[in-house]
Amino acid sequence: MKALINLVEKVKPNFEKGGRLEKFHRTFEAFETFLYVKGDVTKSGAHIRDAMDMKRTMVHVIIALIPPLLFGIWNVGFQHYRATGEEVAFIDQVLFGLIHVLPIIIVSYASGLAVEFIFASARDHEVNEGFLVSGMLIPLVIPVTTPLWMVALATIFAVIIGKEVFGGTGMNILNPALLARAFLFFAYPSYLSGEVWIETTLQEGQQLVDGFSGATALAVQAAGEGNMPSDFDMFFGFIPGSIGETSTLAILLGAIVLIATGIGSLRIMASVFVGGIFMGLVFNLFAVNDFMALPAYKHLIMGGFAFGAVYMATDPVSASQTGAGKYIYGFLIGVITVLIRVVNPAYPEGMMLAILFMNVFAPLIDHYIVQANVKKRIKRMEKVRLQTQA
Amino acid sequence: MSKIIKIKKGLNIPIMGEAEKILNSAPRSATYGVCPPDFHGLTPKMLVKEGEKVKAGTPLFFDKYNEKIIFTSPVSGVFSDLVRGEKRRILKLVIQADDSDEYVDFGASDPDQLSRDEIINKLLQSGLWPSIRQRPYSIIANPDDKPKAIFVSAFNTAPLGADLDFIVNGQEREFQIGLNVLGKLTDGKVHLSVHNENNISSAFLNAKGVELHRFSGVHPAGNVGIQIHHIDPVDKGDIVWYAGLQHIIMIGRLFEQGIYDASRIVALAGPEILNPRYYRVITGAAITDIVSKNLRIDEDINHRFISGDVLSGTQVSENDYMRFYDDLVSVIPEGDKPEILGWIMPNFDKFSFSRSFPAFLMPWKKFRHNTNIRSGERPFVVTGLYEKVLPMDIMPMQLLKSIMINDIDMMEKLGIYEVAPEDFALCEYVCPSKIDIQDHIREGLDIIRSEFA
Repeated sequence: MKALINLVEKVKPNFEKGGRLEKFHRTFEAFETFLYVKGDVTKSGAHIRDAMDMKRTMVHVIIALIPPLLFGIWNVGFQHYRATGEEVAFIDQVLFGLIHVLPIIIVSYASGLAVEFIFASARDHEVNEGFLVSGMLIPLVIPVTTPLWMVALATIFAVIIGKEVFGGTGMNILNPALLARAFLFFAYPSYLSGEVWIETTLQEGQQLVDGFSGATALAVQAAGEGNMPSDFDMFFGFIPGSIGETSTLAILLGAIVLIATGIGSLRIMASVFVGGIFMGLVFNLFAVNDFMALPAYKHLIMGGFAFGAVYMATDPVSASQTGAGKYIYGFLIGVITVLIRVVNPAYPEGMMLAILFMNVFAPLIDHYIVQANVKKRIKRMEKVRLQTQA
Repeated sequence: MSKIIKIKKGLNIPIMGEAEKILNSAPRSATYGVCPPDFHGLTPKMLVKEGEKVKAGTPLFFDKYNEKIIFTSPVSGVFSDLVRGEKRRILKLVIQADDSDEYVDFGASDPDQLSRDEIINKLLQSGLWPSIRQRPYSIIANPDDKPKAIFVSAFNTAPLGADLDFIVNGQEREFQIGLNVLGKLTDGKVHLSVHNENNISSAFLNAKGVELHRFSGVHPAGNVGIQIHHIDPVDKGDIVWYAGLQHIIMIGRLFEQGIYDASRIVALAGPEILNPRYYRVITGAAITDIVSKNLRIDEDINHRFISGDVLSGTQVSENDYMRFYDDLVSVIPEGDKPEILGWIMPNFDKFSFSRSFPAFLMPWKKFRHNTNIRSGERPFVVTGLYEKVLPMDIMPMQLLKSIMINDIDMMEKLGIYEVAPEDFALCEYVCPSKIDIQDHIREGLDIIRSEFA
């Protein structure tokens, strides 16, 4: 281990000011700090600092993403072989999933990180860790059939337009991963709706089973025809959908990691679910069609609701930043998601748009929360002034 | 029985090496130091020349912008050395101490018999005035102001902080005289705050002429700024004063004996100290004489010496001196060694406020914190974290942002007058983006001050 550090120290001068590879200084630094925590000490302010840093924060989100990722990989294989009607071993299902999912993850990370490194070098700031999470989120919210070039394009778009134009990680208004998905959805709608959720490219000798439908539960519900999966299947995730979004159970496991470590905001998660249930119940009260009559809890296990609530809405940068604001922000995401799903059957997945919409409104919510704090202080001042005059 | 003010937010950082309640005498230092940078915003003007003889209480320099405020020598001896830094800024005055102290006689007197002006003059002359500080801005009080109240914190919650109930022991009389002096300085109240779960000294419980407040909770409950916020907050135009326990005792001695006796008790603590103890020293004592032979020697490990606590103290070298306001010397290991994949390892030896380290499973464990910063600076990403360690009705992140963009109006509205860097030290500690929050707060206060100066 010591040898490794020595090696890094040896090549380091090349990347420092005046070195041959000076331009790649920030790239080098990113890998260096990835390899080891530098021996940099505090210079001003608090002499000791919490062991927590941005890398560890982000890594915990990735750990929380492992359950839906693993489940998603298996489910890709499972759905494929169910469509072809073949009986294969568990390991074959996983292998099939790996073959199709891994390239998407690699492309997502490679294209996104490339942009990050270029901007970090151009702007001469340290490479931020934010994309470590976005790079994993993007593959999990798109269908497995998305062409790889599209993944790259969407990722680059999201990082540049979603983040870097605003100044990079921490400055963005919208959630970059969702922006990537929204970009795909509006630029290439045929690749993100309809029969895209299951990899059904057939090889010789394979054929689809009779009556096969690759529609998601939401699409079935919106169309009012087709087979609605059981609650059991939807909760455990044996259904078609974006790679990581199908299993509510796996997502809840991730939520436990986020809440236990205190990294994900429980306030936001809980209020998204409450908002969804609330709006579902309101529709139940005034139900005039099947979708409105859909039991409210089903919204939570269908489509991307749980995934959005746990991983997307909780992105601290694009969410509301004030304590009370988080309740409002989360609640409205839940409400708007169900509203879009039910009222706008042309586009049954409301989660993505609801979160992006509330991302835009989060600063407004925060503004009013901050004003409330300001007003409280002014009031206190006036009260004291009146007392001293009296 | 007064109401208990419960502080629910904050954090006691579990750090090794808390001082045992044993009082030792440190050897008399050969040299003592007076450091003008201890007093924020001060431009010193010298009154003595190198080589001049001084007594304890002899004026050394004064404040260029308020000539009444003078600073005096804590010991008798010869002013031997003036240390300057960048732009010839005066960093340190070194005094070669005599074997024993000769004092300037300011005359003993009963504060109750003196007028407010006479008391202020006596404090100014003796050089004890700088021990009285004010909010807003957390700077030396202006003797021309009339504060609406004076605050005294009689407990310490800072990491490894000196136990004030222990320190006041045997100095109850001087402390009460000091309180009487403070009482004459304001038409308002003198607020004395104690911690409900401490073994509260009778000096505090039976203190006269004060309003006693009981607090409970963790750091920063002991910070006077937090106490002011909960008892009688500072708004625009308000001024409150505050003073530390040991300075109040010195004020008491000044009025009782007529001398500036700068002796005080300091705690020596931290993971790198073999036998953390309390020592009786004189203000400005050499660090090396306090620490001597009590240091854990480890080939690989460099030490960081801090006058004050590990969150807000001043970094000093072993050859440096105790600072004016501090009653603690902390010694911790430097974290100047790289750690392979340190950001992802379980790290059983690291403490974190977050629950992403195993530390939260071992609430009994004390940690050997070092000075490694662990990451470069990042923009604000995580939200809702500072709020958990700042027990004030203030929005820390929003206030910091208003400071960063130099928005004076917003700073005022968000309560800049109530805060001081030390109150935000825990925010800085927990910040995963490693932002130097205390520096930003100080910058904000400086902006506001220059705006209205």
